[in-house]
Amino acid sequence: MSLRLDWSVLWSGQTGGWLLQGLLVTLELSALGWALALALGTLAGALRTLERAPLRAVAAAYVEFFRNVPLLVWMFFWYFGVPPFLPETVRRWLFAHGAEFWAAAVALGVYHGARMAEVIRSGIRAIPRTQFEAAAALGLSTAQVYRLVIVPVALRLIVPPGTSEALNLLKNSSVALTISVAELTFQTRQIETYTARALEALTAGTLIYLGLCLGVSRLMAAVERRVAIPGLIARAGLEAG
Amino acid sequence: MLDPGVVVANLEFLLLQGLVGVGAFTGGTLRLAVPAIGLGFLLGVLVGLARLARAPWLHGPATLYVEFFRGVPLVMVIFWFWLVLPQLLRRPLPEYGVALAAFVVFEAAYFGEIVRAGVQAVPRGQVEAARALGLGTAATLRHVVLPQALRHMAPSLVTQAIVLFKDTSLASIIGYVDLTKAAQIVNQREIRPFELYLFIAVVYWLCTYSLARLARRLETRLSPA
Repeated sequence: MSLRLDWSVLWSGQTGGWLLQGLLVTLELSALGWALALALGTLAGALRTLERAPLRAVAAAYVEFFRNVPLLVWMFFWYFGVPPFLPETVRRWLFAHGAEFWAAAVALGVYHGARMAEVIRSGIRAIPRTQFEAAAALGLSTAQVYRLVIVPVALRLIVPPGTSEALNLLKNSSVALTISVAELTFQTRQIETYTARALEALTAGTLIYLGLCLGVSRLMAAVERRVAIPGLIARAGLEAG
Repeated sequence: MLDPGVVVANLEFLLLQGLVGVGAFTGGTLRLAVPAIGLGFLLGVLVGLARLARAPWLHGPATLYVEFFRGVPLVMVIFWFWLVLPQLLRRPLPEYGVALAAFVVFEAAYFGEIVRAGVQAVPRGQVEAARALGLGTAATLRHVVLPQALRHMAPSLVTQAIVLFKDTSLASIIGYVDLTKAAQIVNQREIRPFELYLFIAVVYWLCTYSLARLARRLETRLSPA
């Protein structure tokens, strides 16, 4: 088996630029998807801990439906299925401004939002009942109790499982290649197509993902130390959704 | 505007060809998911036990294996098997084999971590007691540790099986005609993406949700008193 490797394909010509662009798109897509996932997850996770049954049911339906269907199906759904139902002007704007990128961000955000909701719900459950009672005794409304007391504490508790979910999102952003978003895996594949150098191209893509994951987990470990609530070990008992 | 008729007209193709795998194309979500879950778990047991081994030549590679595959997207792993492996072996490989191999190797890293955690949850005294009864290492594992560990692991294993089941949709990227690819094929002809993708979402949901209920039942039935 003689396989001659030529690593120079990774920087000769345009390929280096493609990898860099792919990396940037992956980061943008993941950041946008993560912001959406965190917002939806916090909202749905908080709603699921409320006393009021209808709100709980809506949040539960969202969580159970969206996280139990493959992300790839959601990509196709948001990219191909939804735009025909949008108003003409919105649709035209979208297709002039990279509709596939926005569809992918929505797919990632809505899918991982459902998964994050479970993480945040378990975080809220780990908060002692007395915190709710103390906040209510101060005269705060339910919305204020959550906004000012419960959610800020819960977000500090869920940093470790939240980090692994963020990493899942980062890795899952690669599924966006199926709707032609030019992210890292897409560009890796493009280099392979143009140079017929599969091993070199995939090695580069793989190493970048490994580096990204390592970087994010390092960063979040530092964040975890900074935001840890003194005197609590509760976070060890939290389970990821 | 919505036309459920498009689903009804293509129901046989979507379910028989896409979900089950009976038809003109190589495909079937279940035909891929079921063996992938079984083999992925078996390889995962080996990986998990190797992670727990004291011998560095077992422990080291197993740790590297787990850390590597958990840091890389599945799509990338599928491309490794699809694009690089045929070059190395110097012959074309069938989509089914490529997809199955990629899923087994990738998911074994995740199954391995579940097995490791399950084994670690077995009290030390159990191993000591087994040893005191004169059981060897293999017999201790087989008759004492693994049966108890399996109880701890059962809910997480089903959860991971659900993840794998959803992940098999990615086999459509290399042309394997699973449920997702079947919907794509029908959509090319019918141009009814909303109805078709929503329908397969419901099919996937029915499969995964019933598995999830099974996981919850296992959790209450098997939880050590």
